[in-house]
Amino acid sequence: MKTDNFDIANSLHSSGLVLNIGLFKFNIYSPLNSLAESIEILYKDYQYSDYARMTEFVDFHVEIKQVNSVTSMFSKQAQFFLDGLSPFNALPIQHAPAIIEWGMNWCVSSQINTHLIIHAAVIEKNGFAVVMPAPPGSGKSTLTAALIQEGWRLLSDELTLIRLDNYQASPFPRPVSLKNESIDVIKNRYPDVVFGPISSDTAKGNVCHIRPPTLSVKNQHIECPVAWIIFPKYQGGVETQFTKFSKAETLMSVAKNSFNYSVLGVDGFKSLTKVIDKTDCYQFKYSNLDEAIQVFAQLESPQ
Amino acid sequence: MSFHLPLLITVFNGQTNITNLTEVQWDLLIRQARKAMLLAKLYYFVEQRQLLGDIPPVVLRHLKSGQVHAEKQFNDLHWELRHLERIAKKLEYPLVLLKGAAYVIGGMKAAKGRIFSDIDIMVSFDSIANTEKQLMIQGWVSSNLDAYDQRYYREWMHEIPAMYHMFRGSVIDLHHNILPRTVKACPNADLLLTNARPLSEYHGISLLAHEDMIIHSATHLFYDGELEHGCRDIMDLNDLLSEFIEEGYSVNDLVVRANELGLQKPVYYALRYVHMILGFPVSDEVINKLNQNIPTGIMIPIMDFLFIRALMPDHTSCNDRWTGFARWLLYVRSHWLRMPLHQLIPHLLRKSYRRMLSKETH
Repeated sequence: MKTDNFDIANSLHSSGLVLNIGLFKFNIYSPLNSLAESIEILYKDYQYSDYARMTEFVDFHVEIKQVNSVTSMFSKQAQFFLDGLSPFNALPIQHAPAIIEWGMNWCVSSQINTHLIIHAAVIEKNGFAVVMPAPPGSGKSTLTAALIQEGWRLLSDELTLIRLDNYQASPFPRPVSLKNESIDVIKNRYPDVVFGPISSDTAKGNVCHIRPPTLSVKNQHIECPVAWIIFPKYQGGVETQFTKFSKAETLMSVAKNSFNYSVLGVDGFKSLTKVIDKTDCYQFKYSNLDEAIQVFAQLESPQ
Repeated sequence: MSFHLPLLITVFNGQTNITNLTEVQWDLLIRQARKAMLLAKLYYFVEQRQLLGDIPPVVLRHLKSGQVHAEKQFNDLHWELRHLERIAKKLEYPLVLLKGAAYVIGGMKAAKGRIFSDIDIMVSFDSIANTEKQLMIQGWVSSNLDAYDQRYYREWMHEIPAMYHMFRGSVIDLHHNILPRTVKACPNADLLLTNARPLSEYHGISLLAHEDMIIHSATHLFYDGELEHGCRDIMDLNDLLSEFIEEGYSVNDLVVRANELGLQKPVYYALRYVHMILGFPVSDEVINKLNQNIPTGIMIPIMDFLFIRALMPDHTSCNDRWTGFARWLLYVRSHWLRMPLHQLIPHLLRKSYRRMLSKETH
């Protein structure tokens, strides 16, 4: 377990660094120094151990290493592996800190069917969660990054895990990914937020991750019921609009944003309808972050 | 050449008792099963022994996830079959299901937890054109291959290029035999088709006779060079064989059929390796009734050396220093078996040239 002089880089480069994240343990191996640096920054508050001394079950054994290809003559390439399986193409090696985040998300979203997995951010206050499903470009992560500085607990920025037996959201807190202009927005607004290294010119533009709040990591085993489903949409210059969305349309939209809704079959439908029965559903358009935070602060917890 | 069977294999063959495993051993077992696409198979193995309650919940989560995935394929396949039935009803000959799809629809033991992606169908060579046309009318279209690939499949292979459904994405491999036409041992397909059994719940759809299913599975495994799924395939053979015996047949019946079809070699290997790897009982006496084309002398230990390694899960923990070499040699062997040299060499040259080109454009 964690001690002050634990050498993250040494474990990462030798037998593997085991990180406890929510329900899962990841064993990460990589010879890349850049990855060690970013993990030291972003995962500072997590429990970690050395795989060589591990006596417990580990969920995913992942690896990022440099690979050779014809194009690697021009730029060094790195690739993500889940135990020898590579779901993505190699990318420029300087994107390693982003690749590991995408890869770890992929492990859970493609391999786990004991939960309904929705492509959505999920945050909690006073014991109730808001789920925010949204396609890329809707400003979901920026909003999440701001709200978790305003007293909301981060359960996840990317994957909402709904348990199939009690319909509660299981936390999977990870560094929040910010893109392009959002990076400066959050940097200027919250100077204390800790940023990882920036990955420039990825397929998604410039990507940078921020360290999750210490308390969110500490409470990463506390699940909670969902009270709201909100579809956020950032649109430059628009007035803040917070409007009710029908439960039927919410069901269709969330199903579409889910990774394994169809794999789960009846269980997927059942768990999603159970969640939506008990939630208030909204569409939310915003351009002003202050007003957005205000709207979330005014959400009233169910009795 | 001592080779230690990996944990996953020793669990399946009963040498390791899963109730005694530590979490560290479970860790390894799940890794090997995931890579071999046998998570769901392992789930059912544990369930059948009523031990699901005895394994750590963190482990069960992965087995359960695999089982859910397998179950989804199961349901999808029944749905696709309803669509295929519409075609089959109009034909004067049955559509014969092969491999994974056949195991599922036949309710066989080998289907439990088996992961597969394509639906394999067999008809006679003369019926290929009409069947292809009917599939196209229902929305399956030929994969987008160039003229060389189309010719490669249609002139030399035992199947036509894969067909994809335009909307549902399901994939059908349409076969007219179980081995390429260029293989010396290519059997008379009529012998297989005449013994196929119609299904009562799907009109116009049939399955191969049980012994022919086993022989097809063996032929596929021991003539094919792509052995990444070799472990899953040897598990299939084990399940197919044990169910065959449970139904009152004997290994001898299988041997008789192999002699009829001239497919002694794959059946020899199948029996030899389900016995050596998974402990399926086979006597030398029965194996010796395979009357020709079987390896002899020094070839036996050589093939053991290669296949025992190549049929293990494709996971680093299951490899020794020879595994990579064994897989490579068997890959070369499969090409050697599948085509005479005057066809093989130009084909391989063409393939590697095109591979080089496509890499450079990426």
